[in-house]
Amino acid sequence: MRAALPLAPSPILFGLSFGVLAKTAGMSLGAAVVMSATTFAGASQFAAVSVIDAGGTVLAAVAAAIFLNARYMAISITVASIFPGGKLRRLVESQTIVDESWALAGRGGRFERPILVGSGIVFFILWVASTAAGTFVGDLLEDPDALGLDAAFAALFLAILVPYLKNRRAIQAALLAGAITLALTPVSPAGVPIVAAAGACLLGLRR
Amino acid sequence: MPSGVAALTFWIIVLVVGVATIAFKASGPVLLGGRPLGPRVQSIVDLLAPVMLAALVVTQALGGDNEISLDARIPGVAAAVVAIWRGAPIIVTMVIAGLVTALVRAAGA
Repeated sequence: MRAALPLAPSPILFGLSFGVLAKTAGMSLGAAVVMSATTFAGASQFAAVSVIDAGGTVLAAVAAAIFLNARYMAISITVASIFPGGKLRRLVESQTIVDESWALAGRGGRFERPILVGSGIVFFILWVASTAAGTFVGDLLEDPDALGLDAAFAALFLAILVPYLKNRRAIQAALLAGAITLALTPVSPAGVPIVAAAGACLLGLRR
Repeated sequence: MPSGVAALTFWIIVLVVGVATIAFKASGPVLLGGRPLGPRVQSIVDLLAPVMLAALVVTQALGGDNEISLDARIPGVAAAVVAIWRGAPIIVTMVIAGLVTALVRAAGA
């Protein structure tokens, strides 16, 4: 659990931000907290709520979040062998997998379960608690756009995106997705361009 | 601000996204038991996160009400690009983007 401390500010600040966004989009304290406790994957939560905030449909919001979290299939496979016990125990413990706990657990060149689960629990508590705190901050904001909150969330997505752009294929796919979104935004309902942009991942099939 | 979004809308999202994400996280340890994804599936899954994030950047920075809108968000996001390039932490990057956009708006641009 101590391994989590250097990274602790990250779930606190993102949790606060998510609470603020959730509240300004019209989400209740209960729904925001339950989402943080069950989904427990920051970017997808921001994605789903921002699609709704932009006037998108439930389907578009759900699809955007699910596409974003599909990577957890791949991530969970990399640590599949470190979880002991029966299926139920593995199901519960696997929920401590988040980008940060996974990265910490793999620092030493092989994945260590105590670090993954311990830091995951710390991140979980901080994430859920600060989401709740953030909704109260969100209540106090009269006009979030006057504070540049929309640009701040664009910056957030950009900052999360950049580390993924480590090879040519990822850069091409991201550019294609951006272009699809740009092209469809004027001609389709809100949320649809984001979902359509997911098609850019088919570039992965090219040799 | 769509204050008229029904509470049920959010609860449906919370439920569906929550169940799907729990299943994704459990898929390796519970279902696959250590078997890897096929290489083709793997290469598609690898691209999903960058693709979705790129789409979100575009929507959040340029998206308007069924139009592309070039407004005070642009200087904010441009400042964020510089911040990321200089290695600033994410939260600092967010604050810089928000501040620049807020200042441009306050100046009435």
